[in-house]
Amino acid sequence: MSLLQVTNLSVYFHTRNGTLKAVDGVSFEVEPGKTFAIIGESGSGKTVACYSMLGLVPMPPGKIESGSVLFEDRDLLTLSEAELRKIRGKGISIIFQDPMTSLNPFLKIGDQLIEPLRLHFAISKKEAWQKGIEILEEVGIKNAAQRMHSWPFEFSGGMRQRVVIAMALVTEPKIIIADEPTTALDVTVQAQILKLLKELQVKRNIGVIFISHDLSVVADIADKMAVMQEGRFVEQGTRDAIFNNPQHDYTRKLLAAVPNSEKSAQENKAEQNLVEVEDLKIHFPSNKGEAPIKAVDDVSLHIKPNEILGLVGESGSGKSTLGRAIIRLLKLTAGKVSFDGQDISRLSAGEMKPLRRQMQIIFQDPYASLNPRMTVYNTLAEPLLLHKIVTKKELDNGVCSLMDSVGLARESILRYPHEFSGGQRQRIAIGRAIATKPAFIIADEPVSSLDVTIQAQILDLLLELVERFDLTMLFISHDLGVVRYLADRILVMKDGKLVESGSVHQVFSSPQEAYTQALLNAIPGKSLFTTESKGF
Amino acid sequence: MATSTSIDSATLAMPKGVSLWDDAWLRLRKNKLAMFGLGFLLLVLVLCLLTPWIAPYSYEEQDLRLGAAAASAEHWLGTDTFGRDLLTRILYGGRVSLLVGFVATAVALLIGVTYGAIAGYAGGKVDAAMMRFVDILYALPFMIFIILLMVVFGRNLVLLFLAIGAIEWLTMARIVRSQVQNLRQQEFVEAAMSLGLSPVAIIVKHLIPNALGPIIVYTTLTIPNVMLLEAFLSFLGLGIQPPESSWGLLISYGVETMEEYPWLLIFPGLALSMTLFALNFLGDGLRDALDPKASRD
Amino acid sequence: MWRFVGLRTLQAIPVILTVITVTFFLVRAAPGGPFSSEKAVSDQVRAALEAQYRLDLPAYQQYFSYMADLFQGDFGPSFNFPSRSVNELIFQGFPVTLELGLYAMLIAVLIGIVAGVFASLKPNTLQDYMPMSLAMIGICMPSFLLGPVLVLVFGIWLDWLPVSGWGNSAGDKLLPSITLGAMYAAYIARLSRSGMLEVLSQDYLRTARAKGLPEYIVILKHALRGGLLPVVAYLGPAFAGLLSGSFVVETVFQIPGLGRFYVQAAFNRDYTMILGTTVFLATLIVVFNLLSDILSAWLNPRLRYQFRK
Repeated sequence: MSLLQVTNLSVYFHTRNGTLKAVDGVSFEVEPGKTFAIIGESGSGKTVACYSMLGLVPMPPGKIESGSVLFEDRDLLTLSEAELRKIRGKGISIIFQDPMTSLNPFLKIGDQLIEPLRLHFAISKKEAWQKGIEILEEVGIKNAAQRMHSWPFEFSGGMRQRVVIAMALVTEPKIIIADEPTTALDVTVQAQILKLLKELQVKRNIGVIFISHDLSVVADIADKMAVMQEGRFVEQGTRDAIFNNPQHDYTRKLLAAVPNSEKSAQENKAEQNLVEVEDLKIHFPSNKGEAPIKAVDDVSLHIKPNEILGLVGESGSGKSTLGRAIIRLLKLTAGKVSFDGQDISRLSAGEMKPLRRQMQIIFQDPYASLNPRMTVYNTLAEPLLLHKIVTKKELDNGVCSLMDSVGLARESILRYPHEFSGGQRQRIAIGRAIATKPAFIIADEPVSSLDVTIQAQILDLLLELVERFDLTMLFISHDLGVVRYLADRILVMKDGKLVESGSVHQVFSSPQEAYTQALLNAIPGKSLFTTESKGF
Repeated sequence: MATSTSIDSATLAMPKGVSLWDDAWLRLRKNKLAMFGLGFLLLVLVLCLLTPWIAPYSYEEQDLRLGAAAASAEHWLGTDTFGRDLLTRILYGGRVSLLVGFVATAVALLIGVTYGAIAGYAGGKVDAAMMRFVDILYALPFMIFIILLMVVFGRNLVLLFLAIGAIEWLTMARIVRSQVQNLRQQEFVEAAMSLGLSPVAIIVKHLIPNALGPIIVYTTLTIPNVMLLEAFLSFLGLGIQPPESSWGLLISYGVETMEEYPWLLIFPGLALSMTLFALNFLGDGLRDALDPKASRD
Repeated sequence: MWRFVGLRTLQAIPVILTVITVTFFLVRAAPGGPFSSEKAVSDQVRAALEAQYRLDLPAYQQYFSYMADLFQGDFGPSFNFPSRSVNELIFQGFPVTLELGLYAMLIAVLIGIVAGVFASLKPNTLQDYMPMSLAMIGICMPSFLLGPVLVLVFGIWLDWLPVSGWGNSAGDKLLPSITLGAMYAAYIARLSRSGMLEVLSQDYLRTARAKGLPEYIVILKHALRGGLLPVVAYLGPAFAGLLSGSFVVETVFQIPGLGRFYVQAAFNRDYTMILGTTVFLATLIVVFNLLSDILSAWLNPRLRYQFRK
């Protein structure tokens, strides 16, 4: 007996630019105690599908074109707003993606937590408060009675997400819609939250609709799942069926895009290091009277020519700061950085300029890393002219061949960044970085904000360019799977310090440090890797 | 990259991209109120610039026999108590009002953008000290100071420009500083640094073009503020002095005789209000057009 | 929180001292002595008068003795009305100005917030355009224009309300209060609209709706507080604007308030009166800015928290 039965749901958006079929004839069921996962890339309609059944999609421009959503013998799509309100937060709750923004910053945790209780049940404030404390304890928040009086900003991201989960559970709903609930979290925190969610779900026999873009996470948590593309379910079935025997091309493409292979080890016989860092410290001043923030603390490392070094760490570990410091975008507090045998840690901006040609950086956010007021042509021409790579006469040719190198159509040469998709923008940024024919590139989370199929393309482009131009690369990422796919050697960073280093194979098969072990254990989608070894 | 491809004529005929300015202009053109504002403003500007040549009467030409007369074929907007043509006086008054508006705004723009850009780019302690100073100035009751200045040093146009400019630059400095500060942290500026661009080149090529939107918007909204301030002072008899004329002064005369000759209040009032409307509509329209958030829906 | 209050109060003191000092020397730098204007006075009388106003002392001594007097709350005698002290004049006019200012503030805040919030709930519909067009008119009709127009329409043509005075006849406080408050109502309406629009797009409002809360609770409990923060921060500057706006309104409606005294003093070159009133009003404005800062900090739990330790 299913809790929720969605049949042939269609939601269209009617805008001035035409009709967008956000959800197009989608059917599925949710069973008690089970997880139904909807997986899809951004814009596939997975969120709209779930929100529309609770009347949380703005209408207009949205419009429900067809379908029925049966919940407790009633069709949610025919209910009035007032009737729907009695179901929202009581029968069906939602856990949102970003815990930093989904709690009201102006209300105490306790007040927000008991709000749905007081709304849906005749219960005194005192009782509700007591229940709030209990549920906070249940989601693993210590000192719950005191924490009820805290403000949201006093909690870390993971703790906030626990509060959000508590808030969804407090009314004992039958169904929870979890909308990318761990996407904004670090991998170790993600593992804790997923485990918590699973435990509570089983204990309370709740049906969960789990929306995600991340196949690895879904592989861990789903019972049944659907793959969504452009408003349609292209494939639907049990998890095992879909992962082991995908029928649709798009599903196969998605699965193939998950970076789950390990780069075959090659010994780097170079004797001299291209980059050497000794006892590097980067400290930032903090509030008066407090010790400075040690973003990077006594780090030493070396990178050999033609090597891809993976630098792994969670948010706040100092990995990006380290990367920027190596190419002298930040002031060094102490320590030494050498490039190609030359100590560059004390060079002035003028002395650095000729060296800048040799070292470039690619950033995470393809939306922020391109000047929105410059065409692709201007963006790519700037380094070429600045470092006199080409003469003015050859400029057009230079820019065109850069476009070719990164796989951009020449026709788009005069367009502006906002006219491109995220993946294309990242190609432009890569083109800018290789324009000066550098020896060394820092790639700072270059694929983290991209959809998985795009991510795979960009990773392959990077590998190809490394091969073609004999590049050396420091690849910074929070995603162990990506690093494993791409890097020759790995460094693990935590709280500004290096905690482990070694070849990819070494670190993944026999991690020495407890933190690395925890990190590896937290990687979602291990079942994916094992199915692969079974010959998938 | 070794293969140098010869560039053919097709490359040069590639479709041009749509810049954010093009986008903004398209959006602005759809905003009827803003376009009305722009049109009206251009009309007023042209009329005021050409006043000495097109005004139907001279500046102080009196016709005492006529006295204050209502609108007629000879005097489209009527005459004042001395028999001077009201339309002429409004046009001349507009020259002063607009001059004050533009010059004082230019003063504010110059100080504010320079100050804000330096503070935002320098960051750290320099920024903290500079912005602390702005905070202190903010807390000062400037309006009262301006009145005081006018009282103490007599009604001096140059002083008025400087004094009004001196208030209005504060907000401009804050806006520019926060823009520059935000942009500085953007990765495209870091990318420019990693290419080895000099700070001046970064400011000119990468920072200013991206901060221009808010600067333009705020400039458009500062002009009406300044004009209002001038009119306010002139109304109190503390700004422009006769025989010079400004809209504030005309309104103040109009008030004295409004019971008998309401047109002496209504027409100068309309001139001021309509111009303020035009500037505010244009400013609002520019804000909507240049705000990247607005382009997403 | 108290630390924050203490810190801000300490910061206000140098500002007030600067105001007093700048004003003092500005007034002293005025060309022409106070008695050089119309009446020819004998040298003897002049010397006696200069002694009375301490004009025979060097500038710095004048400054310090003025500061000493100020510290005891004494603004000194008036130039123009030698028999009366500036204190008397200020405390005669100030209650009237304060009352006018409060009514205007009340009008501005009430109408402004209601109109702005109302408009923000249905952006780009009639419910938005109507109040916002009115707000635009309010911004483009300065008080010195709106006042006379209101007088002309309601006082003279329709003859519904008195055209001048304060507390002399029924309803004579209405037009001045509206005249003074209208522009600030317009600003507050625009501020609360944009503040609310910003908050209404926040994720936490979606959370509130997903709980099943009815829309009015979502607005009142979850949106209003964040949405009106900019309005609270604006109250200080609005108060300063209202005080200087009262100069015009009191002149137009012939209200015997401080603003009118100030304008008169400005014309009569009554320097001690100008000095005293400027110092008094400026201090008041600084104090109000301080209060509005403290209020917005108190409404923002994050700021409150930072200063708890």
